[in-house]
Amino acid sequence: MKLTLQVWRQRNADDAGRMARYRIDGVRPDMSFLEMMDLLNEQLNQRGEDPVAFDSDCREGVCGTCSMVINGRPHGPSRGTATCQLYMRHFSDGARITIEPWRAKAFPVIRDLVVDRSAFDRIMQAGGYVTVHSGPKPDPNALPVEPEVAELALDAATCIGCGACVAACPNGAAMLYTAAKVSHLGLLPQGQPERYQRVQSMVAQMETEGFGACRNYAECEAACPKKISISFISRMNRDFLRATLAEPVNPRGTMDSQ
Amino acid sequence: MKAVVAVTGVILFGFVLLHMLGNLKALTGKDAQGVPHIDTYGRFLRTMGEPLLPHGFALWSVRIVLLVALVLHVGMVMRLETQNRAARPIRYHHRLVLVESTVAARTMLVTGMLLLVFIVIHVLQFTTGTIQVTPIEPEQVYTNLYNAFTVWFIALFYVIAMGLLGLHLYHGVWSLFQTLGIDNPDRNRGLRLTAVMTAVILFLGFCSVPLLFVMGTMPEPPGQTAALATPPEESP
Amino acid sequence: MTIELQASIPHGRIEEKWVTHLDHIRLVGPRNRPKYTIIVVGTGLAGAAAAASMGAMGYKIECFCFQDSPRRAHSIAAQGGINAAKDYRNEGDSVFRLFYDTQKGGDYRSREANVYRLAELSMGIIDQAVAQGVPFAREYGGLLANRSFGGVLVERTFYCRGETGQQLLLGANSALAREIHDGRVRMHTRTELLDIVVVHGRARGIVVRNLVTGEISSFAGDAVVLATGGYSNVYYLSTNAKGCNVTATWRAHKKGAGFANPCFCQIHPTCIPAAGEHQAKLTLMSESLRNDGRIWVPRTKRDTRRAAEIPQDQRYYYLEERYPRFGNLVPRDVASRNAKDVCDEGFGVGPSGLGVYLDFRDAIGDRGADVIESRYGNLFEMYERITGENPRQTPMLIYPAPHYTMGGLWVDYNLMTSLPGLFAIGEANFSDHGANRLGASSLMQCLADGYFIIPLTIGDYISRHPNGEIGTEHPEFKEAEQTLRERTARLLSIHGTRSVESFHRDLGKLMTDHCGISRNEAGLQEALKNIPEIREAFWNDLAINGGSAELNQSLEHAGRVADFLEFAELMCIDALTREESCGCHFRQEYQTRDGEALRNDEEFAHVAVWEYTGEGRTPVLYKEPLHFEALPPARRDYKK
Repeated sequence: MKLTLQVWRQRNADDAGRMARYRIDGVRPDMSFLEMMDLLNEQLNQRGEDPVAFDSDCREGVCGTCSMVINGRPHGPSRGTATCQLYMRHFSDGARITIEPWRAKAFPVIRDLVVDRSAFDRIMQAGGYVTVHSGPKPDPNALPVEPEVAELALDAATCIGCGACVAACPNGAAMLYTAAKVSHLGLLPQGQPERYQRVQSMVAQMETEGFGACRNYAECEAACPKKISISFISRMNRDFLRATLAEPVNPRGTMDSQ
Repeated sequence: MKAVVAVTGVILFGFVLLHMLGNLKALTGKDAQGVPHIDTYGRFLRTMGEPLLPHGFALWSVRIVLLVALVLHVGMVMRLETQNRAARPIRYHHRLVLVESTVAARTMLVTGMLLLVFIVIHVLQFTTGTIQVTPIEPEQVYTNLYNAFTVWFIALFYVIAMGLLGLHLYHGVWSLFQTLGIDNPDRNRGLRLTAVMTAVILFLGFCSVPLLFVMGTMPEPPGQTAALATPPEESP
Repeated sequence: MTIELQASIPHGRIEEKWVTHLDHIRLVGPRNRPKYTIIVVGTGLAGAAAAASMGAMGYKIECFCFQDSPRRAHSIAAQGGINAAKDYRNEGDSVFRLFYDTQKGGDYRSREANVYRLAELSMGIIDQAVAQGVPFAREYGGLLANRSFGGVLVERTFYCRGETGQQLLLGANSALAREIHDGRVRMHTRTELLDIVVVHGRARGIVVRNLVTGEISSFAGDAVVLATGGYSNVYYLSTNAKGCNVTATWRAHKKGAGFANPCFCQIHPTCIPAAGEHQAKLTLMSESLRNDGRIWVPRTKRDTRRAAEIPQDQRYYYLEERYPRFGNLVPRDVASRNAKDVCDEGFGVGPSGLGVYLDFRDAIGDRGADVIESRYGNLFEMYERITGENPRQTPMLIYPAPHYTMGGLWVDYNLMTSLPGLFAIGEANFSDHGANRLGASSLMQCLADGYFIIPLTIGDYISRHPNGEIGTEHPEFKEAEQTLRERTARLLSIHGTRSVESFHRDLGKLMTDHCGISRNEAGLQEALKNIPEIREAFWNDLAINGGSAELNQSLEHAGRVADFLEFAELMCIDALTREESCGCHFRQEYQTRDGEALRNDEEFAHVAVWEYTGEGRTPVLYKEPLHFEALPPARRDYKK
């Protein structure tokens, strides 16, 4: 296969960046998209040009590192698939492919297609946990959890934190990510004591990071490689309203978790 | 902020619903004295709460609430929009391909702005009588409607506006279930249906009035009735 | 310099060792803990659990990962589950039985006391994870569900669908996130360890490179904990993430830490084979597929017909024929070895000839498409997504792939390496899996090390030394930084013609051929001859574009490959020296008449620990003898 690639090139955070065009030959349909990028880099390297920097690690769709907007769709055209599990057989010979980084103020570009997603980590640090220390704990079976609840919590917890939801949202909102994290713990009995405090802290952090606001487009759900449902957003909104209206505000930061 | 948009949306939606029911009075004919039902209804709105409340007090209270709701609704949307634009300072080179969102969802801002324009025109035309495309007589609601809506382009204008309202409300209603966390409309078919039905009913309800007039199926207004003598206003 | 192998195993009966040990180790009081800085490298299950636990105790933690977020460490990719001897099913499971299975599975090449402790701590891990909010599968009554895994006789595996690793890691990471928020852990992402700094014979810090700015800097601490995973990527193609590397453990080795059993690497039998030269990694398919799938190759060599065109009598169900009792369910190493054998003989299928069929035709015929779909539907989907073929209609192609390395830094009972102050946990150490790891045991070991062992044993070391008297201004740090800057500059100044990738691929192919599923003396000698050649070519003909003061992924990769090129040699030497077959280490010279592994307990019941003696010099072998007191070794035999 021969392809024409339009790729975002940006040397560092201060560089303005531009789209560059490359012709690439020798692509095979059984290559993964990232292997096609490896091939491009091999060819660039041969020509003495800097290879295109892009993030990837596990290459089996679970670490959430890979992050490319392909022809205007985060992770490309296949639903429920991360970039690393996208294969070239989904593209036709001679195709023109535009490859861009996640675009969001909260995800500044580090280089080329690599972005800084530490905003996600800070949302987690604001409250995405159950406060427990390591050490002896009660037997888990002392507190039964309905299998449906456990499954639903797992549906939320399956989030790989890739950021495609933000990239796909016309408003650059991080609602699906935050909602998945909030819902995972909010659904389980272990997460109850900190439930309302957690949703407040995490939503506050999400807003501080400069993500946009949700307008219920549901584009995030369509782009999510784990097909996480926007129903978790509704669930988070409910908890957040309840926390704001009914529960005392006790921001995490003022509390000594010891 | 989003919750404010949703709650004010609910208020405005409630008003729109009542407004439509009121409008349908135009189609129910007249009473024994020959006064069209809608004229009586108009009078009721102004005298509501009397004698406990001063004349027009209830009406003005409602108007103030609506105005505040509208200002908040629009204001918050504008703030959110600023936030949203700031959230993606660099646009995509290849336009984002939208796959899941409905036309209604994508055009919320456009339909919203057009509706705002429409509301202004509508109030200026029927409430204050500032714009007089067709003559607007105080108290003569039915006559005014008849005069206006038998002109085809006015009827068309209203039908189009109501189409926008339907679209706006479809996503609006859908969205408020989600935003207020009542339930998820994507999972709950009942809620999705509610949003669709709301939009369709409101559209049909509102449009029936201008359409029936323009099609000439409504009787001509009766002669001047002297019974009513308060300033010119239609429904709130 | 010599290595002292003081395993520090507590006295007493095996059931009492850990408890007795805890009663006697020195502790650091809560008021004193903030005075000590502990460096934790790696944020997988072991690293995240250790950093979070020690942070919560009050120690000052500096934590590092090369990924952009601690959540992305490769533990996340573990699928199957985690073992614990809870015996919720009333099957007679016990700590002893889990100990027995692990020890037997490891072919009696691990330290009894460590393995027993692992089994002992297994239950607490489940309790801990559930308390953190890990959503393990539940039964209808709301209690924890179990499944069987890896051919053991009890159902002791706890799981979250096919993503147990991710859920456990998110649990450990959430604890870490809390400590970061509360300021007790300082997290450094996109920061890679380049070297360990030793001052007066103790590990006192590390030198790192900020992968975004390229800045090389140092961190000093009172102890250094390596949780940097395994080295399967020495084979280039493995089930590991692209970034997994040997650098941290290899650097530690060069600074004086003994490397134990480097040749023990588990090759997983059911992976999707490489489609061609371009392939960047191999994807694991769950082992559970072998419960219903039948493995076969055509009876004629180099048969190019499509699978469907090959009649039943021309299909060679080699596992079923060779191992009638276990059939397709033989252990991982046996399945892997046989697949390689038939392919080497020319029976292999697929574009490269390196593949065997895993066929569901008969299972669908016997049990119905619905049943099979409900069991493996998601795996079929994954296979289809990657290969574009529907395994319900055409048989799957599978081939073994390097998956997990049992070898690693030698550690004592306290998980400290032979370099004082340097600890190794998780896959980075050698301690618990012997020559072969049981399924669903890696997560268990990482978390036992991280949550329950190191937070206590590290105090014993720390309390014997005054805190923080050495900072990064010490000349050793400056010297190390300077050496590393020069090394980086050297990598960039070669201006050769070949990419890093191509050298890594060459090394991988060499290792796969000669130090892979089965090994022999001639092959290993060949590899030992070739590795230095590749290494020399690497240092003379490497081409890297870009500079050092920026994000430069080729440079990162080059540094890792340079270390693999040195490490590979040690692996081969170890494989050559271990003149027996045990677990995943199959030396063709040492097999029974029916082609099964022949262990030699008289001469090789020891841990082979290697000391680094300098560039170009032969490493020195030390042996830690293994004593089997609680469990005398028995032969593994799957033929009967």
